[in-house]
Amino acid sequence: MRVSTIPISAWVGIAGIVLALFCAIFAPWIAPFGEREVVGDIWLPMGGDFLLGTDNLGRDLLSRLIYGARTTISVALAATFLSFSLGMLLSFTAAVTGGFIDQMFSRFNDLMMAIPTLIFALVVLAVLPQQLWILILVMAVLDSTRVFRIGRAVALDVAVMEFVEAARLRGEGTGWIIFREILPNTLSPLLAEFGLRFAFSILFLSTLSFLGLGIQPPAADWGGMVKDNKDGIIFGISAALIPGGAIATLAICVNLVVDWLMKRTSSLKGGRGDA
Amino acid sequence: MAALGPDTGPAQATAATAGGESLPQSVAVSGTEPPAMATGPVTGSVWRRFSLRRPLAALILQRLGLSVGLLFAVSLMIFGGVEALPGDFATTYLGQSATPQAVENIRKDLGLDRPMTERYVSWLGGAVQGDFGTSWASRNSVSEQIGKRLGNSLFLAFFAAIISVPLAVALGMLAVQYRNRLPDKIINVVSLAAISLPEFFVGYLLILFFAVQLGVATFPSTVYDSMGFGERLSAIALPVATLVLVVLAHMMRMTRAAILNVMASAYVETAELKGLSAFRIIARHAAPNAVAPVINVIALNLAYLVVGVVVVEVVFVYPGMGQYMVDAVTVRDMPVVQACGLIFAAFYIFLNMAADLLAIIANPRLRHPR
Amino acid sequence: MPEPESTTLLSVRNLKIEATSYPPGEPPKTVTLVENVSFDLEKGKVLGLIGESGAGKSTIGLSALAYGRGGASITGGQVLLDGVDILTLGRNGIRTIRGCKVCYVAQSAAAAFNPAHRLGEQVIEASLRHGIMTREEATKRALYLFTVLGLPSPETFGERYPHQVSGGQLQRAMTAMALCPNPELIVFDEPTTALDVTTQIDVLAAIKHAIEETNTAALYITHDLAVVAQISDDIMVLRHGKTVEYGTTQQIIEAPNEDYTRALVNVRQTKRQEAVDQSDTLLKVDNVSAGYGNGFKVLDNVSLHLPKGQTLAIVGESGSGKSTLARVITGLLPPSEGTIRFEGKELPKALKARTKDELRRVQMIYQMADTAMNPRQTVRDIIGRPLSFYFGLRGAQKTERIKELLDQIEMGAPFLDRYPAELSGGQKQRVAIARALAAKPELILCDEPTSALDPLVAEGILNLLLKLQEETAVSYVFITHDIAIVRAIADSVAVMHRGRLVRFGPKSNVLSPPFDDYTDLLLKSVPEMKIGWLESVLTTRRMASAGN
Repeated sequence: MRVSTIPISAWVGIAGIVLALFCAIFAPWIAPFGEREVVGDIWLPMGGDFLLGTDNLGRDLLSRLIYGARTTISVALAATFLSFSLGMLLSFTAAVTGGFIDQMFSRFNDLMMAIPTLIFALVVLAVLPQQLWILILVMAVLDSTRVFRIGRAVALDVAVMEFVEAARLRGEGTGWIIFREILPNTLSPLLAEFGLRFAFSILFLSTLSFLGLGIQPPAADWGGMVKDNKDGIIFGISAALIPGGAIATLAICVNLVVDWLMKRTSSLKGGRGDA
Repeated sequence: MAALGPDTGPAQATAATAGGESLPQSVAVSGTEPPAMATGPVTGSVWRRFSLRRPLAALILQRLGLSVGLLFAVSLMIFGGVEALPGDFATTYLGQSATPQAVENIRKDLGLDRPMTERYVSWLGGAVQGDFGTSWASRNSVSEQIGKRLGNSLFLAFFAAIISVPLAVALGMLAVQYRNRLPDKIINVVSLAAISLPEFFVGYLLILFFAVQLGVATFPSTVYDSMGFGERLSAIALPVATLVLVVLAHMMRMTRAAILNVMASAYVETAELKGLSAFRIIARHAAPNAVAPVINVIALNLAYLVVGVVVVEVVFVYPGMGQYMVDAVTVRDMPVVQACGLIFAAFYIFLNMAADLLAIIANPRLRHPR
Repeated sequence: MPEPESTTLLSVRNLKIEATSYPPGEPPKTVTLVENVSFDLEKGKVLGLIGESGAGKSTIGLSALAYGRGGASITGGQVLLDGVDILTLGRNGIRTIRGCKVCYVAQSAAAAFNPAHRLGEQVIEASLRHGIMTREEATKRALYLFTVLGLPSPETFGERYPHQVSGGQLQRAMTAMALCPNPELIVFDEPTTALDVTTQIDVLAAIKHAIEETNTAALYITHDLAVVAQISDDIMVLRHGKTVEYGTTQQIIEAPNEDYTRALVNVRQTKRQEAVDQSDTLLKVDNVSAGYGNGFKVLDNVSLHLPKGQTLAIVGESGSGKSTLARVITGLLPPSEGTIRFEGKELPKALKARTKDELRRVQMIYQMADTAMNPRQTVRDIIGRPLSFYFGLRGAQKTERIKELLDQIEMGAPFLDRYPAELSGGQKQRVAIARALAAKPELILCDEPTSALDPLVAEGILNLLLKLQEETAVSYVFITHDIAIVRAIADSVAVMHRGRLVRFGPKSNVLSPPFDDYTDLLLKSVPEMKIGWLESVLTTRRMASAGN
């Protein structure tokens, strides 16, 4: 793959992701004000000292947006990493072992997927205490069902190939078969899937925060910022749309990159049933 | 030779899906092997002979059975999972400072002192008859509250569906017609962006523009019993538009993929080499085979729609099931959460089942067995 | 029949076909598929187009319908049908040719029929839509064609759906579909390639009979010279999109001018004298039965044996259980009954129960070298893994041995760091052989290793296998459907049919009379490189059935 062959759309996506990551990592240095610092009147318009105006409590919106990038991205990323590790581990084990283990894992996964993710999350979060690690765990477990499906399909696609059979005939162990024979051939579709799950995690986290069940105030987080500022909408104050737009932009950027990754890997059909 | 064709497989269009809920396409994909859950008591030679003679009926029965089993398992999860998770509701209900005596009383009051299995049986028994118990927060009958709100939610979802389905199919066909040309590329980029938009962002954008700045729509979208049909329609205009925008992109991309898949098949090439007109190729040869996957796409997205109403109802302060459930979650009103969870899951399972059944019925191999 | 003035139906002049390919990660590039091809076809005659894969034969065939498949487009030359250049007709004009004057029969009828409609409807559709016949006339003609093509119960055949009939019947139905509108020309694109030999001969005979009966001209595309020799009047040999030789069938078969044609004609004429069966037995299979769950036996009570350093060919058609037998020997599918002995010692049934050394001694070569090698590993990794796995070789020692093996398969050190995608089909199969050899096995199971390759490449692989056997005294179990290969390499032969062993013994016994019915049918169905072979077989058959 040469750099020149990456389409413009993917470049746009990469640029957006890099910008968001930059904000997340260097938030304390680039944000003009503090995360929870009340700096002025409520819902001040854009311009002047406050580039994007102030929020419902008089905090600087731009600073909160930058700090929010940190919270939103790190939580979404943590949940995605966790869900991916869990989903991949279980799905590859199921695909390579087959038989009873595969049946058991798959049936249980079907059951988990029979309940819509958001509804499931609502039920579970109604019971559990509101803590960050619990939120990440719930998101990860729910999302890992989707990873399991894709992972199993992709792994099965490769596992039935004759070179895997040849390795089995040679007497290779399960570890070698998974890491040396199957994994290298599934990297591209799985990378795309990771991007997809990350974009979904951002949206899901924002939705939960918006419903008041995600990250708790006063920490800045994009979904929660929409919730904080939603009452301004009736008065024509667009403060809620700015974090909303940030969520949308980041998700679009990730999807642009994913779209390009998918086109590159169309040769290896991963069972993309999850549409 | 064929291998030199442009590398544009039809499988890609289902690509980015981050916009919302991922839908399990089907539980037992085509049901060629009997799912253990559904056929437990009916295995053996009688069933085998029946499924050989009437494969279609057998598969449908199997799929129905699977759904019932799934729903049962889900009820168990929603009830049992809630019970098994940590957190004492009585304490939550009264606050940390409550005396042990008060906690004990409230536990008795809510029936929490009875054994779990007994409570589950009576809960499920009630649920089957439409009785979901009493709300802890308001002490009202849950079923009564849900009855009204479910109607409202379905009203919303129904109008979103009748607008989005034809639109999505038409746009999907348009994209196929102009494949790899400008309209297709525009539709691709726009729909990719639309998939990435959170529902609440779309909702508030529409509110700010149509309700606040132009003043042509109403917000909040309150509906009440004495409202006329026309008034209701105008009240739900914005939430319906939001739902349509959110679900449209998904449905359109999947429709495009499904149709492209059929158009790339050898029998469409055969039709073309018979010198048939473009219209006849599409109507007679592509359509009958594309109908099943497209209907499948629609059913799956409708399942999503039922869930998508949750966020949209909160945004528009619309008195539906979704808002009821979210409110209940915030105050930890478990009977309401369980009831709403079960009903949402039931709709979801039902629509997924419908998708599978339609796919089974549309398969000529099953309709006309050897 | 009175001779008309001009009898030329199709005349192709200086045809050039190009396609744009989009290699991932590279700018698109234009590839020339066919260049400077010209030929004439007279009314009622058959022209055979022959060549290996990539020769451009299907592309040329489809140009007679002005159709480019998968991005191919005709960029130069003329295709004159009755003197009219159909390339200039435009969208609507060409529709009056397709399915009316020129019809097409695809290689895979199973995919080419629409699963949603009845066969009869699809067969008469073109005739109705082009207004050639009324529905009654078309139905009558379809019935006539079903009868001519020897389809079972022709009256009701059209009421069935494609999935309700067999592959051979579908291929004949596709021919009926092409013949129905009374076309002047039919393009047959490898119509019998996907079929078993015993089915192929019936379909071939049916096609020949039907086009003679209806006096239709045909382009017959195939990779098998012996098949085309039975049916065509003229033959054009193609390679890499260019004409190699063009002449009458008799001239091409009996007096080819070009080396390439000569090689095609002489392919697989080699016959090997069988070894005398006196060495020790290496492999002994006793009363083996096996199946996949559901109680149905894919292998039923099979017993055979193979001496050291010799080759056992297992012959059969699809579904005969020959590949299953290989899976049972490797341990991938444990048999439900029976034993497998290796040098007198019983092998554990399941793969997992076998020791590393037992696994090392039996290696396998697959039909598709593409899928048998990990695309993310280099030749060095692929051949090197058995060396380090079984013998613990590493570093320079390992590289030395890999180079030795590469020399043995006549490829050499420059290929060390290539990926499978950078190798040709024949080279891939050679690497697969080297991987098997690296384990120093006593037995190599070859599962149709040459059937996906072009004839000349396949011959190279067979010769390599024979050479390696002389050098290393390895034994082969060679699974194939091709009698010519059996003649070329086997010492003993096992004929399988529907999971049973029909015949087993030294090659000379198995391949000479008296035959059992199935072996007789199988042997007589293999096309021979001889004009008039098909007629003679059919005549014998008719006499045999008349005699009964």
